[in-house]
Amino acid sequence: MSAEILVLVEHRDGAVLDTTHELLGRARTLAAASGGEAVAVLLGSGAAGLAAGLGAARAIVVDDPGLESFSPSAYQAALVPLVRERQPVIVLISNSGPGMDVAAGLSAALDLPLAAYATDVTMDAQGPLVSSQLYAGKIEAKVRFSGGRGIVTVIAGSFSGDSTAAGGSPAVEVVGAAATDERIRFVGLIRPAAGDVDITRESVLVSVGRGIGEQDNLELVEALAAALGGAVSSSRPIADLGWLPRTRQVGKSGLKVKPKAYLALGISGAPEHLEGMRGAELIIAVNSDPRAPIFSVAHYGAVADLLDVVPALTARLGG
Amino acid sequence: MEYVVLLKQVPDLAEDLAIDGDGTGIDREWLSFVASEWDEYALEEALHLRDATGGSVTCLALGVESGDVSELLATCLARGADRVGKVGSFEHGPDSHAAAAAFAEALRGIPHDLVLTGVQAIDDLDGQVGPLVATRLDLPHVSVVTHIAVADGGGAVTVHQEYAGGVVGEFEVMLPAVLGVQTSREAPRYAPVSRVRQLMKTATIEALDGGGGGGGGGSGSGLVIESMAVPTVGRAAEMITGNPAAIADRIAAILAERGIGSGAAR
Ligand SMILES: Cc1cc2nc3c(=O)[nH]c(=O)nc-3n(C[C@H](O)[C@H](O)[C@H](O)COP(=O)(O)OP(=O)(O)OC[C@H]3O[C@@H](n4cnc5c(N)ncnc54)[C@H](O)[C@@H]3O)c2cc1C
Ligand SMILES: Nc1ncnc2c1ncn2[C@@H]1O[C@H](COP(=O)(O)O)[C@@H](O)[C@H]1O
Repeated sequence: MSAEILVLVEHRDGAVLDTTHELLGRARTLAAASGGEAVAVLLGSGAAGLAAGLGAARAIVVDDPGLESFSPSAYQAALVPLVRERQPVIVLISNSGPGMDVAAGLSAALDLPLAAYATDVTMDAQGPLVSSQLYAGKIEAKVRFSGGRGIVTVIAGSFSGDSTAAGGSPAVEVVGAAATDERIRFVGLIRPAAGDVDITRESVLVSVGRGIGEQDNLELVEALAAALGGAVSSSRPIADLGWLPRTRQVGKSGLKVKPKAYLALGISGAPEHLEGMRGAELIIAVNSDPRAPIFSVAHYGAVADLLDVVPALTARLGG
Repeated sequence: MEYVVLLKQVPDLAEDLAIDGDGTGIDREWLSFVASEWDEYALEEALHLRDATGGSVTCLALGVESGDVSELLATCLARGADRVGKVGSFEHGPDSHAAAAAFAEALRGIPHDLVLTGVQAIDDLDGQVGPLVATRLDLPHVSVVTHIAVADGGGAVTVHQEYAGGVVGEFEVMLPAVLGVQTSREAPRYAPVSRVRQLMKTATIEALDGGGGGGGGGSGSGLVIESMAVPTVGRAAEMITGNPAAIADRIAAILAERGIGSGAAR
């Protein structure tokens, strides 16, 4: 075992994603605590230039035309030998779509344990300790690796993404891929059409989840949003149902918002939703379930039926 | 085209969860179970694809004693699956690595062009069963899939993998392959309860070998759970009490303090 903390770099459109900086920040803290090194692993084709901006002691760049864009099979083929050889104590991977693919594949291929849905990773005398969320955030577990090393997939926003504390560029080592796998061919990126409203620019968001019950009830929140001079946003199921456009969706696969005020109405607060809104200045949650995880990020909460509270609030605001 | 869907039941989150006596698991005594949401999307997609390409849909679940796997599988038949099977025999749902080992073993004996799983389930810690199964069978896998179309005369599929901000990556995947389904093109179809009841009495549920039900060659998840807890809800939140009118008054006051809702917003 080496004392290395490996971080898989996620990049798209020629830029490193924020989540990677979050992971690198924590990797440096863990490395400092354990006398190891934070090592960034960047897979790409001609993307070595991105390595200079990474907050790591060392960056290993695997450069191969087959890694031009993300592909689960090509990433796995490139990563397996690297992790096998370096024996890092922890491999940190973002719990994103690609991250979920790669982490589980690595775990199976290397018989290395995987702790998924992590919100915290620390290191003590017994080795890594991971806090993970289960049951859509309703249970928290603390777990260790039986062999003292393993893979962790981390929920976005769990660590601060300050990469300025990095202190200099990493030592960069460029290698070719040992193997690539072309059973999955990247065709292209498809970007969403611009929406009617840009929820990332609104200062007040009235956000609804499955607790709204019926599509017709959306009128109630539209009226509240109008009274507040804000816009309506939603959790994923509401967009999946087609009740609101996808551009109104907040969260992991939706948009990240930071309004002055975020009203979460009938939203349980699954980790994938919290990713998108936990940075709001003021969060007020209304939910009929007193155990809803949204209440652990809200500043104010009320256990109530949103269908009662919303009209009362709109009336109170003179809407 | 032969489609295989892997499904499971998970505890119903509408009910309160409690921690067991050891403090390392959830209390299973009073749990009620529902089908894992994403598995229903996976089945819905499989049924659509089969109707377009021909072939069959086989639904597999692990033979676990907790919950009611027979009801889950009868529901699959009621919705239109062609065949259902229970894999191995377990007291409760095993970790993802053991589940993947059992499914991989069973799949060696079942024709499969496309294996669909739910993108994730809420009840395990060690990651996704789909990629674990795929790696064991040396098949390609894509997670967080939102669109599937059969291409290349049945030799490949075109899929969308979802990223943040609604951006999707399009991939062409050679078959056989494993996909983790995030959502289906239409809401999962309804299965009448009476039909499910009837099928539970009459349908054949095949029993499939899961390689002894244990790790099946792997060494299990390798995770040691030190503790589990129900997080303190409202840790940070100030809870507003009273009737809806009182709650509305208080929320309006909190917003007004910040100049929101007084016409001065934006
Ligand atoms: C890869 C991936 C990406 C994802 N991306 C996103 C994302 O971007 N955004 C997102 O939101 N989710 C995302 N999800 C889904 C996420 O896991 C949850 O399923 C989703 O956030 C749940 O939405 P919800 O809170 O509206 O519904 P539920 O979890 O069903 O919660 C509904 C809530 O409403 C409450 N309620 C019911 N009736 C009332 C009432 N009358 N009054 C008040 N409260 C009531 C209930 O108590 C419950 O808490 C993603 C999942 C995956 C796997
Ligand atoms: N015990 C199980 N029985 C049947 N299917 C399962 C089981 N565990 C996982 N799966 C499948 O794998 C998907 C992902 O679950 P998980 O990897 O457990 O988060 C689920 O949505 C199911 O499709």
